[in-house]
Amino acid sequence: MKKNNKNTITFIVCSVFILIIGLFLGISLGAIQIGVSEIWHSIFNYSEKLELVLVRDVRIPRALCVLFTGGILGVTGAMIQGVTRNPIAEPSLLGVSQGATLVVAIFYAIGISINTTNVMIASLIGAIFSGIIVIGFISRKVNNSSISKILLAGTAMSTFFISLTTIVGILLNQSQMIAFWVAGGFRNATWADFKLAFVVGIIGLIIAILLSNKINVLSLGDDVAISLGQNPEKIRLITLLVMIPMCAAAVAVGKNIIFVGLIVPQIIRKILGEDYRKNIPCSFLLGAVILTYSDIAARMFYSPYETPIGIFTALIGVPFFIAAARKEKG
Amino acid sequence: MKKRNFKIIIVILSSLLLLSLILYLSWGSYKISPLDIIKTIFGEGTKLQKSALLNLRVPRMLVGISVGIALSTAGALLQTITKNELADSGIIGINAGAAVAAVIFISLKTANYYSELGYLSIYVLPSMAIMGAGVSAAVIYFLSSRNKVRPKRLLLIGLGINTGLNAFITFFTFRGGVSDYNRVLIWISGSLWGSGWNYAKIITPLVALMFILVLLNHKKLDVLNLSDEHAICLVLNLNKERKKFLTFAAILAGTATAFAGNIGFIGLISPHIARKLVGPYHKNFLVISAVMSAVIILVADSLSRNLFSPIEIPVGITISILGVPYFIYLMMKEK
Repeated sequence: MKKNNKNTITFIVCSVFILIIGLFLGISLGAIQIGVSEIWHSIFNYSEKLELVLVRDVRIPRALCVLFTGGILGVTGAMIQGVTRNPIAEPSLLGVSQGATLVVAIFYAIGISINTTNVMIASLIGAIFSGIIVIGFISRKVNNSSISKILLAGTAMSTFFISLTTIVGILLNQSQMIAFWVAGGFRNATWADFKLAFVVGIIGLIIAILLSNKINVLSLGDDVAISLGQNPEKIRLITLLVMIPMCAAAVAVGKNIIFVGLIVPQIIRKILGEDYRKNIPCSFLLGAVILTYSDIAARMFYSPYETPIGIFTALIGVPFFIAAARKEKG
Repeated sequence: MKKRNFKIIIVILSSLLLLSLILYLSWGSYKISPLDIIKTIFGEGTKLQKSALLNLRVPRMLVGISVGIALSTAGALLQTITKNELADSGIIGINAGAAVAAVIFISLKTANYYSELGYLSIYVLPSMAIMGAGVSAAVIYFLSSRNKVRPKRLLLIGLGINTGLNAFITFFTFRGGVSDYNRVLIWISGSLWGSGWNYAKIITPLVALMFILVLLNHKKLDVLNLSDEHAICLVLNLNKERKKFLTFAAILAGTATAFAGNIGFIGLISPHIARKLVGPYHKNFLVISAVMSAVIILVADSLSRNLFSPIEIPVGITISILGVPYFIYLMMKEK
């Protein structure tokens, strides 16, 4: 146990260190290189110089949005893997972002302006759609086959939403606008987006930590949970309900980012073992680290153009997914 | 399955097929009455009818039917190999593999996706797509064979590969401008737009050949449906057969994707309906599933062409909107 605690502390110190470097790189790299002094000035000594405006209104909000979205993705991944006891479970494969995209497309169609609030509403509607389906599949019984079913259902739902979105896009001759929105990543991140990610991320993290004891019990199996006087169905339902607004916020700010919620909890479990009181906050940290560096890659890879960030997370994520799937029996 | 039932089903399905053929050929921005269709085919129509029918609709119809048959047969093979009724070449990433290969080829070669592909490319493109499908099928097979190929593992790994490949296609989607984007969109969602005789004369014989090849193997496929132990007792080299049929599925799916893009769910629905109608024996069920898929794709493409005319919707979109509710229903029902 003691050694484990030491591991945890080492992990946290390292991640925070790497995260700070990542934040700095994220702010300074780009079409215009920004030095330390300019970052300093833009925070404490602000004036209307181009570099300072750039840092203050573009780079910093973006870096912070990435950080909190990554954290949200990590935590939701840890939560769903805990309550389903399956390392393949991942919220972004469930059609949430595609559902949100459809609602945004419909907003375009009826001429509602696309700002942070409306996008959040759209994402929430989409997340509730997919959430209901997921709850229908796993709130009662969880076994191995239900996970592959959820994933299949998620794939089907995403296809369905994307198909309807495409029709809206084609009929309005707006398909590329909508597609840009989906793959947008953090290109247009603003302070308003940051506020959303920050508030939802922090509240979600706190609730998740409060729930972590129950998730711990649940991760031992339904039978153990029942014999310890817990109601597994209720815990699962509450956890999923908490996840819905978190997923929605992640989609609203970061659009379609896959596999982060899959990788992070797996790595954490390898390093720290299975105790969700630690795993959930550490997942937040590691999710933030991975997404921060993915975003840097997305901006630098094909610069001056941006590459969709989802490609980089998929690149890291697919091997993890396959490694976990290979352990599947049957 | 009783012989008489089978005959009745054949009769009903053939009349459905005939109806959808007539619907397909006559419905359009230029309408042609069924009588005129027959006249035109025998060389007595007006010039306009001739060009609409013989140059546009008939070749597109042939391509559509071939694509439908290819995908449904590929789906049926995959369902037998994975012993899972929810398998489909679109879901487990074989179509996506073909699409990636095709998109890479196109973007290396030229910026024009359909019209300016040279004569040679019409042969090279499908081979590239088949190779892409083959590579992705091989990767899926290889990764899912730890100790032994487990059907469910194969399905899950396929899902993961599919997601990864689609992310990769997205990359190409955003490299070009607006017009490029629309062309890639057709690829991603699957469309029969622009299919002419030069497509039909390649895909139709190829699919016919592969379909006959699969049909000749119907007994082996029946054995694969049994438990592994039974199959081994009947002296069947399981892994070899699985590999063979996976190759067939990859060729069929790759061909279809090369000409019509990534059309999902048809490979899932038609075998499933066919199995319900005539039972699991492959000899009957493959034929019925092929006819089913032809009917589905003809009706879906008629809708895609005409519902919002003059704007055309990719047929893959129409099929998934029809197919997904059925799919979800299947999953809810399955224990």
